[in-house]
Amino acid sequence: MPAHHPMTSDQGLSADALFTLRRRPTSEKLLDLGFRQLTLTLASLVAIVLLAILFTVFQGAREAMASFGLRFLVTSAWDPVNEQYGAFVAIYGTLVSSILSLAIAVPLGVGTAIFITEDLIPSRLRELIGLMVELLAAIPSVVLGLWAIFVMEPAIRPTLELLHQLLGWTPFFASTPQGPGMAPAILILVVMVLPIITAISRDALNQVPIELRQGAYGVGTTRWGAIFAVILPAAISSIIGGVMLALGRAMGETMAVTMIIGNSLNFDLSLLAPGNTIASMLANQFGEADGIQVSALMYAALILMLLTFTVNVLAQWVVRRLSLKY
Amino acid sequence: MTLSNIQPANNANTDTSLFDRRPLSFDPSLRRNRLNGLLTFISGVFATLAVLPLVLVLVYVLVQGGRLISLRLFTELPPAPGLEGGGFGNAMLGTVLVTLIAALIAIPVGVAGGVYLSEYAGKSWFGQVVSFGNDVLAGVPSIISGVFVYGLIVASRVFFGQSYSAMAGGIALSVLMLPTVIKTTNEGLKLVPNELRLGAYGVGASRYVTITQVVLPAALTPISTGAVLAIARAAGETAPLIFTALFSAFWPEGIFNPIATMSVLIFNFAIMPYPAQNELAWAASFVLVMMILAANLLARWLSRLSKI
Repeated sequence: MPAHHPMTSDQGLSADALFTLRRRPTSEKLLDLGFRQLTLTLASLVAIVLLAILFTVFQGAREAMASFGLRFLVTSAWDPVNEQYGAFVAIYGTLVSSILSLAIAVPLGVGTAIFITEDLIPSRLRELIGLMVELLAAIPSVVLGLWAIFVMEPAIRPTLELLHQLLGWTPFFASTPQGPGMAPAILILVVMVLPIITAISRDALNQVPIELRQGAYGVGTTRWGAIFAVILPAAISSIIGGVMLALGRAMGETMAVTMIIGNSLNFDLSLLAPGNTIASMLANQFGEADGIQVSALMYAALILMLLTFTVNVLAQWVVRRLSLKY
Repeated sequence: MTLSNIQPANNANTDTSLFDRRPLSFDPSLRRNRLNGLLTFISGVFATLAVLPLVLVLVYVLVQGGRLISLRLFTELPPAPGLEGGGFGNAMLGTVLVTLIAALIAIPVGVAGGVYLSEYAGKSWFGQVVSFGNDVLAGVPSIISGVFVYGLIVASRVFFGQSYSAMAGGIALSVLMLPTVIKTTNEGLKLVPNELRLGAYGVGASRYVTITQVVLPAALTPISTGAVLAIARAAGETAPLIFTALFSAFWPEGIFNPIATMSVLIFNFAIMPYPAQNELAWAASFVLVMMILAANLLARWLSRLSKI
């Protein structure tokens, strides 16, 4: 650190001045300016990378967009021999798997967050549960996929068979479970998004001012009366934001889903039958694809990007718009 | 809801007392208290269900993978399909190499980006654009980053005519690490009290000196925590690597050739119909999970050190 002391400065020291202003040397100014420009350039790399991703994927998708147009979204042919492609099965699978997994994960995650923020159990235990949920988020998706193939799917198959026997008359459980399928994929997605929902809900609940709780208890409500009527409404914007982020994550989640969903190219309403998602289709076919198939996959990737982009921007908007001022 | 329980108190004013003479002691048989207990029980069940997968995954990885650990796993190459034995020494080396490439790109860029956002951007429109772009980039699915690098580097063969390469894999991972590093750096720097900056300016330090000698060292813990977490996450990523770094059954041959990584090895070997390969996938999961959990615990320990 250059320790330029004002008193020992060598420029224009007049006899009666207590301090003198030292003019900054040009080299120092250049260094300052250069550093600023360097950080600015590297920061703008974020925007450049983002645009480059969009451009690369769009450019790759153009050929498929020209030949299939919007038909791509609603047809389910995926036929490399005749070069006919439609991504309906994958788009449907992406939406169904992510939405159903959130329907299970949201009550579980928010319930867990309440359990570890309200004063229900000793703080040691609360921290332990919080730590374990955070560590769950750190387990690689491919390891969860391995676990899903060899442990989870065989373990839940009797339950799925029971579901088929009881509800087999509805189209949603019409097929017999035979290993990989939509239902195990939804369950493994629950495991993957649960930590996000729990962590964000926990932070949101922790930020609710203590006065709100005290006020609620003061007028004589029970603990859960306070949670449902006061604390959850106060934290709801962050919780919804977290849920939307989790939805974006669930849509783009690739490895665990690819390993357990069955990667079927045929449409099936049944949740017990194999399905597909955009991300798992990309993971499965990109390496071996060539010609217009690459372009069709890029088109599907573009759709996935737009879906996650919309969900993430909505999440930010919700957090900003709905947040209560207290 | 439970507020309805207050109503009788108002109606009971005919009595001489202002308030209903309810016992102030806790009566667990009241409907509201029973409901309260039931809801507490349900949230406890939910918390147990949330923790259960972690315990089950860890137990299976420890038991299935841990029992297979031996020295040959780290020194030998993976066996050909259908053969027994072998290890994943090349994949461990590959994961280290690819993650290192990603970290060498993402950490300097990310820290500089975070410095810009926190120290220079203020509320300027450009700062907001970068900040928004960073949030969007953080939400981009990991497989998309693989598709991007495939289109940009693999298909165009920019690196000496090579298509799949460790370099391409590292760049794909760095795209995923970048938002995390920028965000944690930015948030860490914002925690540095402004008095430190003013003090540095006061003794005559320039902006550059203030940032590099005073502000950044003060925020070293949150920044390194973020970097460790980003590295741990990148080491376990598979989706961006399967068609950028690809896989190789041999020892790494430089950074411009396809390379094996632990995560891609687990993926490839898990879906093979051979028990020997499945066992290697479990053992590799054990090693990978141990590495990542250790990094996470290191990050938590680092964040405790924070002086701010």
